[in-house]
Amino acid sequence: MSDIEDKLYTVKYTPDTTSHLQPVQECCRICKSKICTVICPAKVYEWDENNRKLIVNYENCLECGACRIACESCSLGWEYPRGNKGVTFKQG
Amino acid sequence: MDREENKVDVIVVGGGPAGISCAVTIARAGKQVVLIERGKFSGSKNVFGGAIYAQPTREVFPDFEKTAPIERKTVEHKYALLGKDDATVISYKKKHEDAVSYSVIRGKFDRWMAEEASKEGVVIVEETVVRELIVENGCVKGVKTELEDYYCDIVVLADGVNSLLAKQIGLRGDLTPHDVALSVKEVIKLPPEIINERFNVNSDEGCIYEIFGGPMLGMLGLGFMYTNKESVSIGLGITLSDLIEKSLRPYELLDKLKEHPQIAPLIKDGELLEYSAHLIPEGGFKKVPIVFGAGVMVCGDAASFVNNLHWEGTNLAMVSGKLAGETAVIALGKGDFSEHALSRYQQELEDSFIMKDLRTYKDLMSGISERASEFLGYYPQKINSFFEMFTSVDSVPKRKKYKDFIKVFFTERNISELFKDIWSAVKLLWSILVK
Repeated sequence: MSDIEDKLYTVKYTPDTTSHLQPVQECCRICKSKICTVICPAKVYEWDENNRKLIVNYENCLECGACRIACESCSLGWEYPRGNKGVTFKQG
Repeated sequence: MDREENKVDVIVVGGGPAGISCAVTIARAGKQVVLIERGKFSGSKNVFGGAIYAQPTREVFPDFEKTAPIERKTVEHKYALLGKDDATVISYKKKHEDAVSYSVIRGKFDRWMAEEASKEGVVIVEETVVRELIVENGCVKGVKTELEDYYCDIVVLADGVNSLLAKQIGLRGDLTPHDVALSVKEVIKLPPEIINERFNVNSDEGCIYEIFGGPMLGMLGLGFMYTNKESVSIGLGITLSDLIEKSLRPYELLDKLKEHPQIAPLIKDGELLEYSAHLIPEGGFKKVPIVFGAGVMVCGDAASFVNNLHWEGTNLAMVSGKLAGETAVIALGKGDFSEHALSRYQQELEDSFIMKDLRTYKDLMSGISERASEFLGYYPQKINSFFEMFTSVDSVPKRKKYKDFIKVFFTERNISELFKDIWSAVKLLWSILVK
Protein backbone atom coordinates (compact mmCIF):
# COMPACT_ATOMS: atom_id res chain seq x y z
CA MET A 1 0.00 0.00 0.00
CA SER A 2 1.39 3.35 -0.98
CA ASP A 3 1.02 5.89 1.78
CA ILE A 4 -0.16 9.41 1.32
CA GLU A 5 3.34 10.86 1.03
CA ASP A 6 3.98 8.65 -2.00
CA LYS A 7 0.71 9.78 -3.53
CA LEU A 8 1.45 13.46 -2.95
CA TYR A 9 4.89 13.00 -4.44
CA THR A 10 3.19 12.54 -7.84
CA VAL A 11 1.48 15.93 -7.69
CA LYS A 12 3.06 19.01 -9.25
CA TYR A 13 3.07 22.07 -7.01
CA THR A 14 4.33 25.61 -7.24
CA PRO A 15 4.30 26.58 -3.57
CA ASP A 16 3.73 30.15 -2.47
CA THR A 17 5.73 31.71 0.32
CA THR A 18 2.66 32.35 2.45
CA SER A 19 -0.26 30.09 3.26
CA HIS A 20 -3.63 30.49 1.57
CA LEU A 21 -5.11 28.55 4.50
CA GLN A 22 -5.44 30.49 7.74
CA PRO A 23 -6.93 28.65 10.69
CA VAL A 24 -7.92 30.66 13.73
CA GLN A 25 -5.73 28.87 16.28
CA GLU A 26 -7.93 29.85 19.24
CA CYS A 27 -10.80 27.99 17.56
CA CYS A 28 -8.57 25.00 16.76
CA ARG A 29 -7.50 24.71 20.39
CA ILE A 30 -11.07 24.23 21.56
CA CYS A 31 -12.16 22.19 18.52
CA LYS A 32 -12.95 18.65 19.65
CA SER A 33 -13.01 16.77 16.36
CA LYS A 34 -10.08 18.47 14.57
CA ILE A 35 -11.80 16.93 11.60
CA CYS A 36 -9.58 18.72 9.09
CA THR A 37 -6.72 16.49 10.21
CA VAL A 38 -8.79 13.47 9.13
CA ILE A 39 -10.74 14.35 6.02
CA CYS A 40 -8.11 16.40 4.17
CA PRO A 41 -7.12 14.30 1.15
CA ALA A 42 -3.58 15.71 1.25
CA LYS A 43 -2.98 15.50 5.01
CA VAL A 44 -2.39 19.24 5.08
CA TYR A 45 -3.41 19.60 8.72
CA GLU A 46 -1.63 18.12 11.71
CA TRP A 47 -2.33 18.83 15.34
CA ASP A 48 0.77 19.62 17.35
CA GLU A 49 -0.24 18.69 20.88
CA ASN A 50 2.98 19.99 22.47
CA ASN A 51 2.56 23.48 21.13
CA ARG A 52 -1.26 23.23 21.00
CA LYS A 53 -1.20 24.43 17.46
CA LEU A 54 -2.62 23.35 14.11
CA ILE A 55 0.21 22.83 11.64
CA VAL A 56 -0.75 23.67 8.06
CA ASN A 57 1.29 22.03 5.32
CA TYR A 58 -0.32 24.33 2.77
CA GLU A 59 2.27 23.41 0.12
CA ASN A 60 0.52 20.04 -0.24
CA CYS A 61 -2.98 21.47 -0.63
CA LEU A 62 -4.97 20.06 -3.56
CA GLU A 63 -7.36 23.04 -3.35
CA CYS A 64 -10.48 20.90 -3.06
CA GLY A 65 -12.14 23.01 -0.36
CA ALA A 66 -13.28 20.13 1.85
CA CYS A 67 -11.65 21.58 4.99
CA ARG A 68 -13.48 24.87 4.60
CA ILE A 69 -16.83 23.10 4.52
CA ALA A 70 -15.95 20.55 7.20
CA CYS A 71 -14.48 23.06 9.69
CA GLU A 72 -16.62 22.68 12.79
CA SER A 73 -16.41 26.28 13.90
CA CYS A 74 -16.43 27.61 10.32
CA SER A 75 -13.39 29.62 11.27
CA LEU A 76 -10.92 28.49 8.63
CA GLY A 77 -9.70 31.28 6.42
CA TRP A 78 -9.63 29.66 2.99
CA GLU A 79 -8.85 31.21 -0.33
CA TYR A 80 -7.34 30.10 -3.60
CA PRO A 81 -3.56 30.37 -3.85
CA ARG A 82 -2.28 33.19 -6.05
CA GLY A 83 -2.69 32.74 -9.78
CA ASN A 84 0.65 31.20 -10.60
CA LYS A 85 0.85 29.13 -7.40
CA GLY A 86 -0.56 25.95 -5.98
CA VAL A 87 -1.34 22.64 -7.57
CA THR A 88 -1.20 21.85 -11.29
CA PHE A 89 -3.04 18.68 -12.21
CA LYS A 90 -1.86 17.06 -15.41
CA GLN A 91 -4.11 14.00 -15.25
CA GLY A 92 -7.32 15.49 -13.85
CA MET B 1 -5.98 52.53 -14.83
CA ASP B 2 -8.65 54.12 -16.98
CA ARG B 3 -11.89 52.27 -16.41
CA GLU B 4 -12.88 52.37 -20.10
CA GLU B 5 -9.56 50.83 -21.13
CA ASN B 6 -10.23 47.80 -18.97
CA LYS B 7 -13.82 47.33 -20.05
CA VAL B 8 -15.14 44.47 -22.21
CA ASP B 9 -18.61 43.11 -22.92
CA VAL B 10 -18.41 39.97 -20.81
CA ILE B 11 -15.99 38.50 -18.28
CA VAL B 12 -16.24 34.77 -17.63
CA VAL B 13 -14.63 33.55 -14.41
CA GLY B 14 -13.32 30.00 -14.68
CA GLY B 15 -11.89 28.19 -17.70
CA GLY B 16 -13.55 24.79 -17.29
CA PRO B 17 -16.23 23.28 -19.54
CA ALA B 18 -18.92 25.75 -18.39
CA GLY B 19 -16.78 28.86 -18.73
CA ILE B 20 -15.26 27.92 -22.07
CA SER B 21 -18.66 26.99 -23.57
CA CYS B 22 -20.07 30.29 -22.41
CA ALA B 23 -17.14 32.38 -23.62
CA VAL B 24 -16.96 30.77 -27.06
CA THR B 25 -20.72 31.25 -27.57
CA ILE B 26 -20.30 34.97 -26.86
CA ALA B 27 -17.21 35.31 -29.06
CA ARG B 28 -18.99 33.64 -31.97
CA ALA B 29 -21.63 36.38 -31.79
CA GLY B 30 -18.86 38.93 -32.27
CA LYS B 31 -18.82 40.25 -28.71
CA GLN B 32 -15.73 40.90 -26.60
CA VAL B 33 -15.20 38.28 -23.96
CA VAL B 34 -12.39 37.68 -21.48
CA LEU B 35 -12.07 34.30 -19.79
CA ILE B 36 -10.14 34.36 -16.53
CA GLU B 37 -8.61 31.07 -15.37
CA ARG B 38 -6.75 30.75 -12.08
CA GLY B 39 -4.62 27.76 -13.13
CA LYS B 40 -1.55 27.70 -15.34
CA PHE B 41 -3.84 26.43 -18.11
CA SER B 42 -7.44 25.29 -18.45
CA GLY B 43 -7.93 21.95 -16.74
CA SER B 44 -4.92 22.34 -14.47
CA LYS B 45 -7.10 22.77 -11.38
CA ASN B 46 -9.82 20.39 -12.54
CA VAL B 47 -10.45 16.77 -11.70
CA PHE B 48 -13.24 14.41 -12.73
CA GLY B 49 -13.73 10.66 -13.32
CA GLY B 50 -13.94 10.83 -16.16
CA ALA B 51 -15.70 10.88 -19.40
CA ILE B 52 -17.19 13.70 -21.44
CA TYR B 53 -20.40 13.22 -23.34
CA ALA B 54 -20.32 13.43 -27.11
CA GLN B 55 -23.68 15.02 -27.95
CA PRO B 56 -23.50 17.98 -25.53
CA THR B 57 -19.85 18.56 -26.46
CA ARG B 58 -20.81 18.66 -30.15
CA GLU B 59 -23.32 21.38 -29.30
CA VAL B 60 -20.40 23.62 -28.42
CA PHE B 61 -17.60 22.15 -30.56
CA PRO B 62 -19.37 20.36 -33.45
CA ASP B 63 -16.22 18.72 -34.86
CA PHE B 64 -14.36 18.07 -31.63
CA GLU B 65 -13.96 14.37 -32.37
CA LYS B 66 -11.61 15.17 -35.25
CA THR B 67 -8.96 17.05 -33.30
CA ALA B 68 -9.63 16.96 -29.55
CA PRO B 69 -7.35 14.89 -27.30
CA ILE B 70 -9.67 11.95 -26.65
CA GLU B 71 -8.50 8.90 -24.74
CA ARG B 72 -10.98 6.11 -25.48
CA LYS B 73 -14.54 5.78 -26.79
CA THR B 74 -16.75 4.16 -24.16
CA VAL B 75 -18.18 0.84 -25.32
CA GLU B 76 -18.90 -0.79 -21.99
CA HIS B 77 -20.40 0.21 -18.65
CA LYS B 78 -19.89 -2.13 -15.73
CA TYR B 79 -21.80 -1.81 -12.50
CA ALA B 80 -19.88 -3.60 -9.79
CA LEU B 81 -21.42 -4.30 -6.43
CA LEU B 82 -18.61 -5.12 -4.06
CA GLY B 83 -19.01 -7.11 -0.89
CA LYS B 84 -16.19 -7.54 1.59
CA ASP B 85 -14.49 -10.18 -0.52
CA ASP B 86 -16.98 -10.89 -3.29
CA ALA B 87 -18.66 -8.98 -6.11
CA THR B 88 -21.62 -9.01 -8.46
CA VAL B 89 -21.00 -7.25 -11.76
CA ILE B 90 -23.56 -6.24 -14.38
CA SER B 91 -22.24 -5.12 -17.71
CA TYR B 92 -23.76 -3.35 -20.68
CA LYS B 93 -21.72 -3.33 -23.85
CA LYS B 94 -22.51 -1.70 -27.16
CA LYS B 95 -20.20 -0.41 -29.84
CA HIS B 96 -22.19 2.68 -30.73
CA GLU B 97 -21.38 4.10 -34.13
CA ASP B 98 -21.95 7.56 -32.74
CA ALA B 99 -20.07 7.61 -29.46
CA VAL B 100 -22.02 8.44 -26.30
CA SER B 101 -18.98 9.30 -24.24
CA TYR B 102 -15.21 9.42 -24.33
CA SER B 103 -12.72 9.20 -21.53
CA VAL B 104 -10.56 12.31 -21.50
CA ILE B 105 -7.99 13.92 -19.24
CA ARG B 106 -8.99 17.39 -18.15
CA GLY B 107 -5.49 18.84 -18.32
CA LYS B 108 -5.46 17.93 -22.02
CA PHE B 109 -9.11 18.24 -23.03
CA ASP B 110 -10.00 21.51 -21.26
CA ARG B 111 -6.76 22.97 -22.54
CA TRP B 112 -7.74 21.99 -26.09
CA MET B 113 -11.20 23.55 -25.65
CA ALA B 114 -9.60 26.76 -24.36
CA GLU B 115 -7.23 26.88 -27.34
CA GLU B 116 -10.16 26.42 -29.73
CA ALA B 117 -12.09 29.17 -27.94
CA SER B 118 -9.06 31.43 -28.18
CA LYS B 119 -8.92 30.84 -31.97
CA GLU B 120 -12.52 32.00 -32.13
CA GLY B 121 -11.79 35.26 -30.36
CA VAL B 122 -12.00 34.57 -26.63
CA VAL B 123 -9.28 36.43 -24.76
CA ILE B 124 -7.91 34.00 -22.19
CA VAL B 125 -6.13 35.29 -19.11
CA GLU B 126 -4.46 32.48 -17.20
CA GLU B 127 -2.79 32.33 -13.77
CA THR B 128 -5.15 34.99 -12.49
CA VAL B 129 -7.49 34.69 -9.52
CA VAL B 130 -10.61 36.80 -9.32
CA ARG B 131 -10.81 37.77 -5.65
CA GLU B 132 -13.97 39.80 -5.64
CA LEU B 133 -16.81 41.05 -7.81
CA ILE B 134 -17.28 44.76 -8.33
CA VAL B 135 -20.87 45.64 -7.50
CA GLU B 136 -22.32 49.10 -8.07
CA ASN B 137 -25.91 49.99 -7.24
CA GLY B 138 -26.81 46.33 -6.89
CA CYS B 139 -25.44 45.46 -10.31
CA VAL B 140 -22.28 43.43 -10.99
CA LYS B 141 -19.96 45.63 -13.01
CA GLY B 142 -16.67 43.80 -13.07
CA VAL B 143 -14.04 41.79 -11.21
CA LYS B 144 -11.10 42.48 -8.95
CA THR B 145 -8.07 40.32 -9.57
CA GLU B 146 -4.78 40.39 -7.68
CA LEU B 147 -3.31 42.78 -10.20
CA GLU B 148 -6.07 45.01 -11.46
CA ASP B 149 -9.77 45.62 -11.83
CA TYR B 150 -11.62 44.72 -15.01
CA TYR B 151 -14.98 46.12 -15.96
CA CYS B 152 -17.72 44.65 -18.13
CA ASP B 153 -21.46 44.56 -18.73
CA ILE B 154 -21.94 40.97 -17.59
CA VAL B 155 -19.90 38.62 -15.41
CA VAL B 156 -20.51 34.88 -15.79
CA LEU B 157 -19.44 32.81 -12.80
CA ALA B 158 -18.15 29.42 -13.84
CA ASP B 159 -15.74 29.27 -10.93
CA GLY B 160 -16.46 25.75 -9.83
CA VAL B 161 -17.92 23.95 -6.86
CA ASN B 162 -16.47 26.28 -4.23
CA SER B 163 -17.75 29.42 -6.03
CA LEU B 164 -16.66 31.95 -3.46
CA LEU B 165 -17.86 34.69 -5.80
CA ALA B 166 -21.50 33.54 -5.95
CA LYS B 167 -21.37 33.50 -2.18
CA GLN B 168 -19.83 36.96 -1.98
CA ILE B 169 -22.80 38.53 -3.74
CA GLY B 170 -25.38 36.47 -1.86
CA LEU B 171 -26.53 34.25 -4.71
CA ARG B 172 -25.91 31.27 -2.49
CA GLY B 173 -25.31 30.37 1.11
CA ASP B 174 -22.63 28.19 2.61
CA LEU B 175 -22.26 24.63 1.39
CA THR B 176 -22.67 22.03 4.13
CA PRO B 177 -20.92 18.64 4.34
CA HIS B 178 -24.17 17.05 3.07
CA ASP B 179 -24.02 19.08 -0.15
CA VAL B 180 -20.67 17.87 -1.44
CA ALA B 181 -18.84 14.63 -2.04
CA LEU B 182 -15.10 14.52 -1.61
CA SER B 183 -13.52 12.62 -4.44
CA VAL B 184 -10.00 11.24 -4.62
CA LYS B 185 -8.52 9.72 -7.71
CA GLU B 186 -5.37 7.98 -8.89
CA VAL B 187 -4.29 7.73 -12.49
CA ILE B 188 -2.35 4.52 -12.94
CA LYS B 189 -0.09 3.95 -15.90
CA LEU B 190 -0.40 0.65 -17.74
CA PRO B 191 0.62 -0.47 -21.24
CA PRO B 192 -2.30 -0.11 -23.72
CA GLU B 193 -2.23 -3.85 -24.59
CA ILE B 194 -2.61 -4.73 -20.93
CA ILE B 195 -5.55 -2.33 -20.59
CA ASN B 196 -7.18 -3.82 -23.70
CA GLU B 197 -6.73 -7.31 -22.34
CA ARG B 198 -7.82 -6.69 -18.77
CA PHE B 199 -10.86 -4.66 -19.72
CA ASN B 200 -11.73 -6.78 -22.77
CA VAL B 201 -11.71 -3.89 -25.23
CA ASN B 202 -9.98 -3.07 -28.51
CA SER B 203 -7.54 -0.20 -28.88
CA ASP B 204 -9.31 3.16 -28.63
CA GLU B 205 -12.27 1.50 -26.93
CA GLY B 206 -12.93 2.06 -23.28
CA CYS B 207 -14.76 0.69 -20.30
CA ILE B 208 -16.28 2.46 -17.32
CA TYR B 209 -16.70 0.82 -13.93
CA GLU B 210 -19.27 2.25 -11.57
CA ILE B 211 -18.58 0.76 -8.19
CA PHE B 212 -20.93 0.37 -5.26
CA GLY B 213 -20.16 -1.00 -1.83
CA GLY B 214 -16.72 -2.31 -0.90
CA PRO B 215 -15.03 0.19 1.41
CA MET B 216 -18.03 2.49 0.85
CA LEU B 217 -20.63 0.02 2.12
CA GLY B 218 -23.40 1.81 3.97
CA MET B 219 -22.17 5.23 2.94
CA LEU B 220 -23.33 7.69 0.34
CA GLY B 221 -20.37 7.04 -1.89
CA LEU B 222 -19.44 5.53 -5.20
CA GLY B 223 -16.27 4.36 -6.84
CA PHE B 224 -15.25 4.61 -10.47
CA MET B 225 -12.74 3.38 -12.99
CA TYR B 226 -12.14 4.76 -16.45
CA THR B 227 -9.78 3.46 -19.08
CA ASN B 228 -7.55 6.02 -20.78
CA LYS B 229 -5.14 5.36 -23.64
CA GLU B 230 -2.22 4.40 -21.46
CA SER B 231 -3.63 4.62 -17.99
CA VAL B 232 -6.55 3.73 -15.81
CA SER B 233 -8.25 6.28 -13.57
CA ILE B 234 -9.58 4.89 -10.32
CA GLY B 235 -11.26 6.84 -7.58
CA LEU B 236 -14.17 7.28 -5.29
CA GLY B 237 -16.39 10.02 -4.04
CA ILE B 238 -18.02 10.02 -0.64
CA THR B 239 -20.37 12.55 0.87
CA LEU B 240 -18.28 14.75 3.12
CA SER B 241 -20.78 14.33 5.96
CA ASP B 242 -20.21 10.55 5.92
CA LEU B 243 -16.43 10.98 6.04
CA ILE B 244 -16.80 13.37 8.96
CA GLU B 245 -19.27 11.24 10.85
CA LYS B 246 -17.20 8.07 10.48
CA SER B 247 -13.87 9.90 10.75
CA LEU B 248 -12.43 8.38 7.60
CA ARG B 249 -9.43 9.34 5.51
CA PRO B 250 -10.48 9.37 1.85
CA TYR B 251 -7.17 8.05 0.48
CA GLU B 252 -7.29 5.08 2.86
CA LEU B 253 -10.70 4.14 1.46
CA LEU B 254 -9.26 4.38 -2.03
CA ASP B 255 -6.40 2.10 -1.02
CA LYS B 256 -8.95 -0.42 0.26
CA LEU B 257 -10.89 -0.19 -3.00
CA LYS B 258 -7.69 -0.82 -4.95
CA GLU B 259 -7.05 -3.94 -2.88
CA HIS B 260 -10.49 -5.46 -3.42
CA PRO B 261 -10.17 -8.83 -5.21
CA GLN B 262 -12.46 -7.62 -8.00
CA ILE B 263 -10.38 -4.49 -8.63
CA ALA B 264 -6.77 -5.33 -7.73
CA PRO B 265 -6.02 -7.52 -10.81
CA LEU B 266 -7.19 -4.73 -13.12
CA ILE B 267 -4.53 -2.30 -11.92
CA LYS B 268 -1.83 -4.77 -10.89
CA ASP B 269 1.76 -3.62 -11.53
CA GLY B 270 0.58 -0.19 -12.64
CA GLU B 271 2.60 2.90 -11.83
CA LEU B 272 0.91 5.82 -10.07
CA LEU B 273 1.09 8.82 -12.40
CA GLU B 274 -0.88 11.30 -10.35
CA TYR B 275 -3.05 11.53 -7.26
CA SER B 276 -5.75 14.17 -7.11
CA ALA B 277 -8.78 15.32 -5.15
CA HIS B 278 -11.80 17.48 -5.83
CA LEU B 279 -15.25 18.24 -4.47
CA ILE B 280 -18.41 17.27 -6.33
CA PRO B 281 -21.57 19.30 -5.75
CA GLU B 282 -24.14 16.72 -4.67
CA GLY B 283 -26.91 18.89 -3.29
CA GLY B 284 -28.94 18.58 -6.47
CA PHE B 285 -32.07 20.57 -7.21
CA LYS B 286 -32.58 21.76 -3.64
CA LYS B 287 -29.12 23.33 -3.54
CA VAL B 288 -29.14 25.11 -6.88
CA PRO B 289 -28.34 28.73 -6.00
CA ILE B 290 -29.92 31.81 -7.52
CA VAL B 291 -28.37 31.58 -10.98
CA PHE B 292 -28.80 35.14 -12.21
CA GLY B 293 -28.83 38.70 -10.94
CA ALA B 294 -28.24 42.15 -12.35
CA GLY B 295 -25.13 41.79 -14.51
CA VAL B 296 -24.35 38.24 -13.44
CA MET B 297 -25.11 34.57 -14.24
CA VAL B 298 -23.85 31.35 -12.65
CA CYS B 299 -23.22 28.07 -14.48
CA GLY B 300 -21.64 24.62 -14.14
CA ASP B 301 -20.51 23.26 -10.78
CA ALA B 302 -20.80 26.75 -9.30
CA ALA B 303 -24.56 26.35 -9.78
CA SER B 304 -24.51 22.77 -8.42
CA PHE B 305 -25.43 21.41 -11.84
CA VAL B 306 -24.58 17.75 -11.29
CA ASN B 307 -26.76 14.72 -11.92
CA ASN B 308 -24.99 12.30 -9.63
CA LEU B 309 -27.06 9.19 -10.39
CA HIS B 310 -26.09 9.36 -14.06
CA TRP B 311 -22.54 10.59 -13.46
CA GLU B 312 -23.26 13.73 -15.43
CA GLY B 313 -21.58 17.04 -14.74
CA THR B 314 -19.49 18.28 -17.63
CA ASN B 315 -22.49 18.09 -19.97
CA LEU B 316 -24.63 20.16 -17.62
CA ALA B 317 -21.68 22.55 -17.35
CA MET B 318 -21.29 22.92 -21.11
CA VAL B 319 -24.98 23.33 -21.85
CA SER B 320 -25.57 25.77 -18.97
CA GLY B 321 -22.51 27.74 -20.12
CA LYS B 322 -23.88 27.87 -23.64
CA LEU B 323 -27.30 29.01 -22.43
CA ALA B 324 -25.73 31.73 -20.29
CA GLY B 325 -23.68 32.79 -23.31
CA GLU B 326 -26.76 33.04 -25.51
CA THR B 327 -28.57 35.12 -22.91
CA ALA B 328 -25.53 37.38 -22.61
CA VAL B 329 -25.51 37.93 -26.38
CA ILE B 330 -29.20 38.89 -26.40
CA ALA B 331 -28.72 41.20 -23.41
CA LEU B 332 -25.75 42.88 -25.11
CA GLY B 333 -27.87 43.36 -28.25
CA LYS B 334 -30.49 45.18 -26.22
CA GLY B 335 -28.06 46.92 -23.92
CA ASP B 336 -30.08 45.63 -20.98
CA PHE B 337 -28.18 43.76 -18.25
CA SER B 338 -30.83 43.97 -15.58
CA GLU B 339 -31.96 41.05 -13.47
CA HIS B 340 -35.07 40.93 -15.62
CA ALA B 341 -33.10 40.69 -18.87
CA LEU B 342 -30.87 37.91 -17.54
CA SER B 343 -33.81 35.96 -16.13
CA ARG B 344 -34.04 34.51 -19.64
CA TYR B 345 -31.15 32.25 -18.62
CA GLN B 346 -33.21 30.76 -15.78
CA GLN B 347 -36.09 30.17 -18.19
CA GLU B 348 -33.80 28.46 -20.70
CA LEU B 349 -32.43 26.23 -17.94
CA GLU B 350 -35.98 25.32 -16.89
CA ASP B 351 -36.87 24.39 -20.47
CA SER B 352 -33.74 22.27 -20.89
CA PHE B 353 -32.90 18.81 -19.53
CA ILE B 354 -30.78 20.49 -16.86
CA MET B 355 -33.50 21.66 -14.50
CA LYS B 356 -35.87 18.91 -15.62
CA ASP B 357 -33.40 16.19 -14.62
CA LEU B 358 -32.39 17.93 -11.42
CA ARG B 359 -36.09 18.17 -10.54
CA THR B 360 -36.65 14.48 -11.36
CA TYR B 361 -34.00 13.52 -8.80
CA LYS B 362 -34.75 16.23 -6.26
CA ASP B 363 -35.50 13.69 -3.50
CA LEU B 364 -32.92 11.10 -4.49
CA MET B 365 -30.04 12.09 -2.23
CA SER B 366 -32.19 12.82 0.82
CA GLY B 367 -34.23 9.65 0.21
CA ILE B 368 -31.17 7.46 0.02
CA SER B 369 -29.20 9.15 2.77
CA GLU B 370 -32.11 8.66 5.19
CA ARG B 371 -31.67 4.92 4.76
CA ALA B 372 -28.06 4.78 3.56
CA SER B 373 -27.06 1.83 5.70
CA GLU B 374 -29.99 -0.14 4.22
CA PHE B 375 -29.89 0.93 0.56
CA LEU B 376 -26.12 1.22 0.31
CA GLY B 377 -25.13 -1.38 2.87
CA TYR B 378 -27.52 -4.15 3.81
CA TYR B 379 -29.32 -4.78 0.50
CA PRO B 380 -26.29 -4.57 -1.78
CA GLN B 381 -24.63 -7.16 0.46
CA LYS B 382 -27.74 -9.31 0.14
CA ILE B 383 -27.37 -9.34 -3.63
CA ASN B 384 -23.90 -10.76 -3.24
CA SER B 385 -25.11 -13.30 -0.69
CA PHE B 386 -27.91 -14.32 -3.05
CA PHE B 387 -25.39 -15.17 -5.74
CA GLU B 388 -23.17 -16.88 -3.20
CA MET B 389 -26.13 -19.06 -2.25
CA PHE B 390 -27.20 -19.58 -5.86
CA THR B 391 -23.78 -20.69 -7.01
CA SER B 392 -22.97 -22.88 -4.02
CA VAL B 393 -22.93 -26.63 -4.51
CA ASP B 394 -22.91 -28.42 -1.20
CA SER B 395 -25.54 -31.18 -1.31
CA VAL B 396 -28.09 -28.99 0.51
CA PRO B 397 -31.47 -29.11 -1.30
CA LYS B 398 -32.18 -25.93 -3.25
CA ARG B 399 -35.63 -25.29 -1.77
CA LYS B 400 -34.11 -25.24 1.71
CA LYS B 401 -31.50 -22.75 0.52
CA TYR B 402 -34.13 -20.41 -0.89
CA LYS B 403 -36.20 -20.63 2.26
CA ASP B 404 -33.18 -19.93 4.44
CA PHE B 405 -32.24 -16.97 2.28
CA ILE B 406 -35.71 -15.44 2.60
CA LYS B 407 -35.95 -16.25 6.29
CA VAL B 408 -32.82 -14.23 6.95
CA PHE B 409 -34.59 -11.00 5.94
CA PHE B 410 -37.10 -11.54 8.73
CA THR B 411 -34.62 -12.59 11.37
CA GLU B 412 -32.01 -9.93 10.62
CA ARG B 413 -34.49 -7.09 10.21
CA ASN B 414 -37.72 -6.63 12.05
CA ILE B 415 -40.96 -6.32 10.10
CA SER B 416 -41.41 -2.61 10.70
CA GLU B 417 -37.92 -1.86 9.34
CA LEU B 418 -38.66 -3.97 6.27
CA PHE B 419 -41.84 -2.00 5.66
CA LYS B 420 -39.95 1.25 6.12
CA ASP B 421 -37.42 0.12 3.51
CA ILE B 422 -40.17 -0.76 1.05
CA TRP B 423 -42.04 2.47 1.74
CA SER B 424 -38.87 4.55 1.20
CA ALA B 425 -38.12 2.74 -2.05
CA VAL B 426 -41.67 3.23 -3.36
CA LYS B 427 -41.65 6.89 -2.30
CA LEU B 428 -38.35 7.41 -4.08
CA LEU B 429 -39.52 5.71 -7.27
CA TRP B 430 -42.71 7.76 -7.18
CA SER B 431 -40.73 10.98 -6.83
CA ILE B 432 -38.58 10.05 -9.83
CA LEU B 433 -41.30 8.78 -12.15
CA VAL B 434 -44.34 10.82 -11.21
CA LYS B 435 -43.68 13.99 -9.26
